[in-house]
Amino acid sequence: MSMNQEPKIAVRDLTMAYGDFVVMRNLDFEIKKGEIQVIMGGSGCGKSTLLKHLVGLVVSHSGEIFYDGKRFAPDASDFDSISRQFGVLFQAGALWSSMTLQENVAFPLEQYTDLPAREIAELVDLKLSLVGLAGFGHRFPSELSGGMRKRAGLARAMALDPEVLFFDEPSAGLDPLSSVRLDDLILELRDALGATVVVVTHELASIFSIADRALYLDVETKTALCNEDPKALLDDPSTDPKVIEFLTRGAASDKT
Amino acid sequence: MGSESRDQASIDFQIEGKSAVLVLSGTWIVGVPRPSPVDASARIKSISGVEKLSFDLRAISDWDSILLVFLRKCYDAAVEQGITVSTSDLPEGIRNLLTLSLAVPEQKSAEMDSENDWFTRVGLQTLRICGGLDDFFVFLGQFVIDCGAFVVGRARIKLRDFLHLLHETGGRALPIVALLNGLTGLIIAFIGVIQLQKFAADLYVADLVGLATTRELAAVITGVIMAGRTGAAFAAQIGSMQVNEEVDALQTFGVSPMQFLVLPRVYALLLMMPLLCVFANLFSMLGGYVVAVSIADISGIQYMNQLKEAVSLSDFFLGIFKSCVFGLIVAMAGCYRGLNCGRDAASVGQAATSAVVTAITWIVIADAIFAVIFQIIGI
Repeated sequence: MSMNQEPKIAVRDLTMAYGDFVVMRNLDFEIKKGEIQVIMGGSGCGKSTLLKHLVGLVVSHSGEIFYDGKRFAPDASDFDSISRQFGVLFQAGALWSSMTLQENVAFPLEQYTDLPAREIAELVDLKLSLVGLAGFGHRFPSELSGGMRKRAGLARAMALDPEVLFFDEPSAGLDPLSSVRLDDLILELRDALGATVVVVTHELASIFSIADRALYLDVETKTALCNEDPKALLDDPSTDPKVIEFLTRGAASDKT
Repeated sequence: MGSESRDQASIDFQIEGKSAVLVLSGTWIVGVPRPSPVDASARIKSISGVEKLSFDLRAISDWDSILLVFLRKCYDAAVEQGITVSTSDLPEGIRNLLTLSLAVPEQKSAEMDSENDWFTRVGLQTLRICGGLDDFFVFLGQFVIDCGAFVVGRARIKLRDFLHLLHETGGRALPIVALLNGLTGLIIAFIGVIQLQKFAADLYVADLVGLATTRELAAVITGVIMAGRTGAAFAAQIGSMQVNEEVDALQTFGVSPMQFLVLPRVYALLLMMPLLCVFANLFSMLGGYVVAVSIADISGIQYMNQLKEAVSLSDFFLGIFKSCVFGLIVAMAGCYRGLNCGRDAASVGQAATSAVVTAITWIVIADAIFAVIFQIIGI
């Protein structure tokens, strides 16, 4: 592990657009190695779109994204080697419905490693047990509840011991207890693997419990308003009132 | 609320100087006859010299949302006339709901405002079609690149999945292909026999069935069946994977959807279509056989011998070649529409529909082109 101070992920003047419609402009932030970065904001502000840019599913309108100082774009030569460090948990799990859980988790391992089938099976069992799904390997995604699918999606995202984990609305559709457990799991993964974590969410409880930094995307100005520790944001008088309102469910503006 | 009386809903305008009071009474619930809001707003617009409008709802016995609709219409009409509306006399529940409905102004989308003229619409439509063509060529280009990858053996298609696709596109399609082609042969033979009997040329029904089947019908009918059966299924499968973000998940693992989803489907259909076409030929000729033996005065042996005389091997292979092309068209149309599917449930249906329409259209066009080419080179 190198000790350089270079950020794990650097986003430089990124503008996201669908056709002529600008979603967010002039995004400029850095994520350090081992940090948990939350991307928050109201519905429809482009949180998930930003995540899709970060994992290379959508090409940016302008601006650049760097991983360890290397430019990341579908036309860059390092695209495949960089994206190999990613693990992505999609909103509804996005398990491949024609495969069993075991096959879903084994798929990335078969794609990228030459491990013998026995070792792959052992690794798959381990990953499934980490998310509390030991023994469910032979089920198909359609036979599982939404929360289980999401956890299975996490097992698949962890299959290759990724250096960067992305979560798209991890607590959406989960009951409060499962969502707390998922938050704990995210923290444990970061501590155990030293992974950098990017979480898109608007769940306040999980923002405060996991985030090292929170980037607030504002729909009206179409840009980021702040990128700080959410607990510090509340005490900081210079924080934009919109962010305070968001972080307090509007309670702050009612008092004034 | 909760009154049992079903007294007629009615309104009454009381105008005193510069202020008007709209008095509502009776039962205002859905399904019960009531004054039309259009008339009331027209009435409001017609009165002049009034600066303030208020409502009197004391005589109302029962109400639901329909009352709010009425009040809202009157409110809008009054505001449009420059009349100030006082809602303070309304009962609290109704007032709060009305305030809530007025809180956010109606969203007027930008597109609705601009009334495009005919030329703009034609231009936009043309651009849209060109954009679609662009997408298709990107798809085609990627397909050709990845075809190479498959030959070299870099693409990773699981054998089990591929066998499953072969079964799905081959074996399971056989019964319907056999049935429809058998019936087609039967129909052709039936029409043929009736006509040919006039010239005492019954025997040539074998030529008719044999040539029509091998050169044209077996391939075309099988193609159309597969477009409806398999092309639509491909579009729906890949489309719902798109909706479910499964395609995104593949991409984040560095697996090209083209290699993983499209290529195996195209190859499966490309392999199975000629085989299905062979069966289609067989069953069509069998259908003809049944008619020839039962209605016309031809023996089975005669029919077979005549068939052997009439149909050359080149006729047979011509049909098989066509079926390969049709298979390619069906699979490409299905996969292309599936991959370009939108992100909601309705667009999966659209993708399936347009996959079938695209495939059948192109099958007919390709068949016409083949007819001209084979005519010119004389096969």
